[in-house]
Amino acid sequence: MSPQPALALHRVSCRFDARGGGTYVAIEDVSLSVAEGEFVAIVGPTGCGKSTLLNVAAGLLAPTAGAVRVFGEPLLGLNRRAGYLFQTDALLPWRSVRDNVRLGLELRGETDADRLADDWLARVGLGGHGHKYPHELSGGMRKRVALAQTLALDPKMLLMDEPFSALDVQTRALMENELLALWSQDRKSVLFVTHDLEEAISLSDRVVVLSAGPASRPVGEFAIDLPRPRDVSEIRLQPRFVELEQTIWQALKREVLRTYQRAEA
Amino acid sequence: MRRGVLAVYQVLLLVLLFAAWHVLVKLEVLSAFFFGEPLQVLARIWEWFASGRIYPHLGITLLETLLAFVIGTLAGLVVGLWLALSDTASRLLDPYIKAVNSMPRVILAPIFAVWFGLGIWSKVVLGVTLVFFIVFFSVYHGVREVSPVLLANARMLGASKRQLLRHVYLPSATAWVFASLHAAVGMAFVGAVIGEYLGSAKGVGYLILQAEGVFDVNTVFAGVLVLTLCALVLDWIVTLAERRLLRWRPAGPGAAQS
Ligand SMILES: Nc1ncnc2c1ncn2[C@@H]1O[C@H](COP(=O)(O)OP(=O)(O)O)[C@@H](O)[C@H]1O
Ligand SMILES: [Mg+2]
Repeated sequence: MSPQPALALHRVSCRFDARGGGTYVAIEDVSLSVAEGEFVAIVGPTGCGKSTLLNVAAGLLAPTAGAVRVFGEPLLGLNRRAGYLFQTDALLPWRSVRDNVRLGLELRGETDADRLADDWLARVGLGGHGHKYPHELSGGMRKRVALAQTLALDPKMLLMDEPFSALDVQTRALMENELLALWSQDRKSVLFVTHDLEEAISLSDRVVVLSAGPASRPVGEFAIDLPRPRDVSEIRLQPRFVELEQTIWQALKREVLRTYQRAEA
Repeated sequence: MRRGVLAVYQVLLLVLLFAAWHVLVKLEVLSAFFFGEPLQVLARIWEWFASGRIYPHLGITLLETLLAFVIGTLAGLVVGLWLALSDTASRLLDPYIKAVNSMPRVILAPIFAVWFGLGIWSKVVLGVTLVFFIVFFSVYHGVREVSPVLLANARMLGASKRQLLRHVYLPSATAWVFASLHAAVGMAFVGAVIGEYLGSAKGVGYLILQAEGVFDVNTVFAGVLVLTLCALVLDWIVTLAERRLLRWRPAGPGAAQS
């Protein structure tokens, strides 16, 4: 028998009350699993329900229908095994960088919080910046702080919501490589949401394509058989990468076009 | 350097205003009986401080102001937090808060005088009713608008309800409290002086009232000037505290680059 997947969504649906009355079905009948140590990327057009899916996995949002299992156990309330990297800034602006990294450790009553926080700051390359406040850092540095804040708690799985989408191209490639380096040290299970297909392929073991909303659901799954360790800017030049990109783009293109048509209608 | 130049011009403008006042009264364009004479106003202030006669009055007024300010701010903070976090309570009390806030509360001063006597407490209570609502609304709206992502992140990092209050809501509310404190300081003064003006045996408001009784306009202006100076000093103290406690905030467009 194969071991329990780290995360398993079984026929999950989410409906919201729409503004003009009635309901909006964001995701419908989504089944998805992430094995232990697996890096799964989800791509889909903007507004299709990617964040909704992550919120369900995090336990921040209860699905309207369906079940979520974490390491085999039904998920009740928040997913305590998961660390969540949000799309927008989530650092506390009144805490210094160091105190932000300390936050989770402090809440948990960790006695060694100071040392661990400094340790993690050094590991994300922000050793000398602990005393600064978030607004004094660049976007890329803030993302590193958020990453350190989440990883300091050593979660068994990572949920990442377009974490690098706001960064410039160079910073982005750097961060992607750093993420891969950190991940390869202990291979947490990762569910990584992005709308950037290249990013999805270069990071993950498996890419799941979501259909355009409403009632979005997976319409394709692609194993990424590229060797590790990877360098995200180099791997993009490999023939196999280009091949995978073209195959997956066929599936994604249709959904992106549908999103456009809907927006124009 | 530019700040220094600005300050010089600001002082110059003040001197100019006083000069204009002086000249207009001397030329009898303005009547000295109704508008006073700046030199005599300044002389009166000088005499108050030199003889020390003003200190007991000023002390009382400042005490009332400070008490109203501190009590009103703390109450506004606590009630603001409570109502912002409790849906039931806020929905229940909403019409009452709106009603009490839109009521011209200065009218209550005579009633407070009856309830709390002619000592300092009737003035303090009047000041508290003025300060409270300023701070309360600021905290209430501030807490309601705490970013949901900040809250979700803290929860994912393991924050309990109490820890959310302490690490997210309270610091965020503090920032909003400071935004309202400048207005609140002024209101605490208004409460104290109006209370004194309506019935008291001490305080700067009482001095003004007495002077009005004998048509001594110079003393009235002297009292007003002294109060204005005190309000400026308090406002400046608030600014200092703000700079210290809100160091984490990005410097706004008007912030000094010293
Ligand atoms: N709390 C909510 N209430 C109503 N509609 C929502 C809510 N959250 C998301 N939606 C809708 O669900 C759809 C999917 O949103 P989201 O998961 O944020 O998309 P994505 O992250 O893929 O861009 C969007 O059309 C959005 O308007
Ligand atoms: Mg999203």
